[in-house]
Amino acid sequence: MSETSLRSAFFTVLKRDLTLAYRTRTEMFNPLLFFIIVISLFPLAVSPDPKVLQSLAPGVIWVAALLATLLSLDSMFRSDFDDGALEQMLLSVHPVSVIVLGKVLAHWMVTGIPLLVLSPLLAVLMHMPTDSIPALMITLALGGPILSLVGAIGVALTVGLRRGGVLLSLLILPLYIPVLIFAANAVSNAAAGLPIAGQLYFLGALLALALTLAPIATAAALRISLR
Amino acid sequence: MSLAQNLPDSSSDTPAKLEVKGLTCIRDDRVLFRGLDFSLEPGQALQIEGPNGSGKTTMLRTLCGLTLPSDGEILWNGEAIEDVRPEYMAAMDFIGHAHGIKKELTPLENLQVALAMADTNPNQSLEGVLEKVGLKGFEDVPAITLSAGQCRRVALGRLLLSKSILWILDEPFTALDVQGQAQIESMLVNHVENGGMVILTSHHPLALKDGMLKTINLRP
Repeated sequence: MSETSLRSAFFTVLKRDLTLAYRTRTEMFNPLLFFIIVISLFPLAVSPDPKVLQSLAPGVIWVAALLATLLSLDSMFRSDFDDGALEQMLLSVHPVSVIVLGKVLAHWMVTGIPLLVLSPLLAVLMHMPTDSIPALMITLALGGPILSLVGAIGVALTVGLRRGGVLLSLLILPLYIPVLIFAANAVSNAAAGLPIAGQLYFLGALLALALTLAPIATAAALRISLR
Repeated sequence: MSLAQNLPDSSSDTPAKLEVKGLTCIRDDRVLFRGLDFSLEPGQALQIEGPNGSGKTTMLRTLCGLTLPSDGEILWNGEAIEDVRPEYMAAMDFIGHAHGIKKELTPLENLQVALAMADTNPNQSLEGVLEKVGLKGFEDVPAITLSAGQCRRVALGRLLLSKSILWILDEPFTALDVQGQAQIESMLVNHVENGGMVILTSHHPLALKDGMLKTINLRP
């Protein structure tokens, strides 16, 4: 097994999952629509007052992004588990963690990046100061992949259970809390004109940690689930 | 249909041997099988028989390392399969009851993915393989429009691409028509006669010479 074939396996999985996402694209819009609806309901339900919305905005946008990701997680391994494709991946000559990383990257490109692209629009809707919008996008760019990576561990553990939805949320949400705290705090600070480097460093460190360890944990969890 | 070109890479130079010692599987306090011993060498096929629910599928999943046995060991060339995982995965191909064909992808795309997972260079074109399994003209239609039997043919096409010596097949004849069954059978017989190894669960009799076919009957 050479390095080039490992790379080609990674990109084949990535391309495969992106193709699958494109061919079932109506499913892809669900989390995105959820994200937009939740945020756009706040001005109607709470208050249209820009001051109130401004103070709520970082938290609301991040909570909505987190829940939208949670909604989309189950699809990461579900159909592959049902039709036996996951078995074939576990029986591949390549390390399962590399295949998992390809799948997680595809998941983030399909759910994380659309959230990232839409966020400035929703930030304007929530009357966020213009100069804090870059901070929001940076936190989503750093935090989004963490949500997908950590979420993959939870999905891998629960994919064999028929009704693993509630369990998945219970497993994953505590691990999402640090990301939520640092990210929402960074955006609030940016809106108040305070430095945000500290929070971004923490998010970066969490991303490095998740990127290196989560695929290994996910691969182990998949093996347990398929037993 | 000629399928003799699918010669396993390693059959002649490196000896390959699968040994199973004292294999036991217990599911939910029910003993599926206990103390199973057998070995398989190139040029041999093993047919596992038994009534529904007797543990045939569990046994195949155990043999390919997906399920852990309750007791006993599975040795590939004398070493436990967990210890020589990359070599064993390269030498083995498994087609389960759920064959892993993605409904949204075309047969061609399905084979491309299988090829990348298996890390082999095909000795024939993917289109050629699809033609051999009787899917000429269906290369670029989503698999969801294909019938169950046609999907299984795509999965079996994976075997034609692979250079694995050991094929582990769970009910390979399911959903195939008479002609398809004959094709698959000749494919299996060919593989064994060329020094390959086949383990399958099926009630379909295989036309192999004496000494090439072993049978295990799992009685509940």
